[in-house]
Amino acid sequence: MPDHLLEVRDLSVEFHTAGGVVKAVRGVSWHVDRGETLAILGESGSGKSVSTAAILDLIDMPPGRITSGEILFDGRDLLRLGAAARRDINGRRIAMIFQDPLSHLNPVYPVGWQIVETMTAHGLPGARARAEALRLVTRVGLPDPAGALRKYPHEFSGGQRQRLMIAMALAMKPDVLIADEPTTALDVTVQAEVLLLLKELQQETGMGVVIITHDLGVVAEIADRVVVMNAGEIVESGPAREVYHDPRHPYTRKLIGAAPGKGEMHPPLARAEPVLSVRNVRKAYGTFTALDGVSLDLMPGETLAVVGESGSGKSTLARVLLRLDEPDSGEALWKGRDLFRLSPAELFALRRDLQMVFQDPTQSLNPRMTVAQLISEAWAIHPRILPRDRWRARVAELLAQVGLRPEHANRYPHQFSGGQRQRIAIARALALEPELIICDEAVSALDVSVQAQVIDLLDRLRREMGIAFIFIAHDLPVVRDFADHVMVMQRGRVVEHGTVRQVFDSPREPYTRALLAAGLDPDPDVQAARRAALRTERRAAGA
Amino acid sequence: MSNAPAVTEGTALPAEPSAPRRFLRMLWADKFALAALLFLLLVVLMALLGPALLGDVAQKQNLRGRNAPPFEWARGWLWWMGADSLGRPLLARIIVAARNTVAIAAGAVLASALVGTTLGLVAGYASRRVGEAIMRLADVIMSFPSLLLAVIVLYVLGPSVTNVVLVLAITRIPVYLRTTRAEVLEIRERMFVSAARVMGASPRRIVLRHILPVVLPTLTTLATLDFAYVMLAESALSFLGIGIQPPDITWGLMIAQGKEHLTRAWWLSFWPGLAIILTTLSLNLLSNWMRIALDPTQRWRLEMRGRPDA
Repeated sequence: MPDHLLEVRDLSVEFHTAGGVVKAVRGVSWHVDRGETLAILGESGSGKSVSTAAILDLIDMPPGRITSGEILFDGRDLLRLGAAARRDINGRRIAMIFQDPLSHLNPVYPVGWQIVETMTAHGLPGARARAEALRLVTRVGLPDPAGALRKYPHEFSGGQRQRLMIAMALAMKPDVLIADEPTTALDVTVQAEVLLLLKELQQETGMGVVIITHDLGVVAEIADRVVVMNAGEIVESGPAREVYHDPRHPYTRKLIGAAPGKGEMHPPLARAEPVLSVRNVRKAYGTFTALDGVSLDLMPGETLAVVGESGSGKSTLARVLLRLDEPDSGEALWKGRDLFRLSPAELFALRRDLQMVFQDPTQSLNPRMTVAQLISEAWAIHPRILPRDRWRARVAELLAQVGLRPEHANRYPHQFSGGQRQRIAIARALALEPELIICDEAVSALDVSVQAQVIDLLDRLRREMGIAFIFIAHDLPVVRDFADHVMVMQRGRVVEHGTVRQVFDSPREPYTRALLAAGLDPDPDVQAARRAALRTERRAAGA
Repeated sequence: MSNAPAVTEGTALPAEPSAPRRFLRMLWADKFALAALLFLLLVVLMALLGPALLGDVAQKQNLRGRNAPPFEWARGWLWWMGADSLGRPLLARIIVAARNTVAIAAGAVLASALVGTTLGLVAGYASRRVGEAIMRLADVIMSFPSLLLAVIVLYVLGPSVTNVVLVLAITRIPVYLRTTRAEVLEIRERMFVSAARVMGASPRRIVLRHILPVVLPTLTTLATLDFAYVMLAESALSFLGIGIQPPDITWGLMIAQGKEHLTRAWWLSFWPGLAIILTTLSLNLLSNWMRIALDPTQRWRLEMRGRPDA
């Protein structure tokens, strides 16, 4: 067997938890070579991060325990090395970047100081470290590199912070870079830039890259080889193209099938009287304009997707329509009555018609209430809907409707998985028998396969009950199979609004085209073609 | 595709036992909390029955037994802890003093917690102006020296158990008020509160059903710590002669009375001091257990203990 740069052999790790011993990974083996990118693909709970945590000695023991296996680096088994030797390798030879750079940067030190510290900690003299920090910050493409070194982490945007983390990780010229969901928290256009940067840096330094992700698009864009993990085991591995085009394992097939954006698009709806028409809504927080003259129409039973990157004002729109925040000006006519001018009593009556499903069900469900309490609270607030003696039966009915079981009613939210929790949140919204449900990033915190199930559920509710949806998302492919109309927002303004076909097949605005182009296709060939096209375009522009 | 097959995980949990059984089992799992509960029951029993059974013995002076040392079995079990400077048996006095001590401490803590929490909830959730007004009120109480307040009130109204409770309660209100308000300001921005607002929940419902249960564990911890503080503050008032007046007794007063004999007869202050420490410690252990037992997401920590596979 040829020697690899970094090799994990037959690794098993278990954790002691409430439910007894959990085998987080079982018999996992993979390797990465110099200049190669390996992607570890898996959904939450698949154990995809565990093996890299073992490499960097990040597993707390107890409760964790490595029961078997070896990690070979430089011909030595890392698991048999002492703590001091491990520290010497961590950061210097094997570096890591994380999903959320803000929580991994110390808020009270300037970033330059933090980059220099990684180098001085490994024995580089201060003056050389400072010069190197400047070179790195310039290389990762931050504007005004010298000034950037003196700034604090909160003064950068999410994408810039991830560039800083990359600069820090590369400070000691590591042989292996491990990236744990490095672009998950970023907007699609920023994600594309960060992945491009990683690829370029890899070509320059020849390091091996291990990227942990749940996103087939990221795999297609950057990985040479891929390892697919499910329930703590590797179910499939091989070159990224082969795995995508010829998946062997049913789980891989399911995962690839669940990728959004491949189904039939909805045909255009027949024109009807709009149930909600919003005109010229403005909302500013201090000097920041969150909504700048937004208008829209929504027909009964229609699904309107509102797509935009962070800061585009899409969530503010939802909060303003539901009167969680007060707008500065504008009107929103719901069946002819202006939502913004309702008295508290009128608003209370109207709450029944308009409901919301939030992004993160972990936070939107009160952790101290049982499922039955959560759902029946709707009727406690609006007693006219249902007499108390029918609550139990109706809770069971609603749970069945969203694909849960009636006996789940006495459990607490933390006993469910993310997708199940979102179903509970949907059941709660349905309890009031609304005519419009606003979904604010309702599926973006969920795994791809669960995303598809929740969207199926919402689509079924729309068909069966004629509920209209305003579906807010940061990602275009998610809304493609589900929306009737798509509205693209940027910096508080609507930049494009049309039927789903118009927006996806013939976008008018450059921003929409940029969004569509930045979205990663799960097919490695498509991504390769796009990259090639981009290169020719650049060369043409340069010539 | 139907949605049913997706939700099989999480259904295999065992049936849940009834609530009282469940709490007894969780109590059994934490032996410290169990011991604490038993000790507190003993204190309550002492407070209820003590004065009736031992009231006379505790007051009877015996000049030959002045400052009698502890652990002398010859005098009978009531003298086991020794006697005070007037020859009264300490054990009997501690048992009798439990009533006043518990009444003052519990009364003051409950009253200040109730008022402070209510004002804190209002200050945190109501409009800015109301909140500011309440906070300035708290500032006034905090900036006014509590001992001076006590001296004035007790001088004007006269020392009695009720007035001591009143004074102690007023001075401790800002502690609960500020803690509650700070927590409410954070919790009201959480998503489940927004979700309740979208359903049309009234402010009252949001505060009582969604915010208060989240604040409560912090407040119980605070209250148990305050219990000890109030007992000692009461002894300071008694020491100044404006608190509980002899022949009424409290543990704090006993400590104060023993202070002058500390070098010769340590047991005069030691036993009541021990009683205060054990009571507070028990309250702390019990509130710690309660915090976990009442939190559905933390409960498993107790429930998995004592199980063979844990």
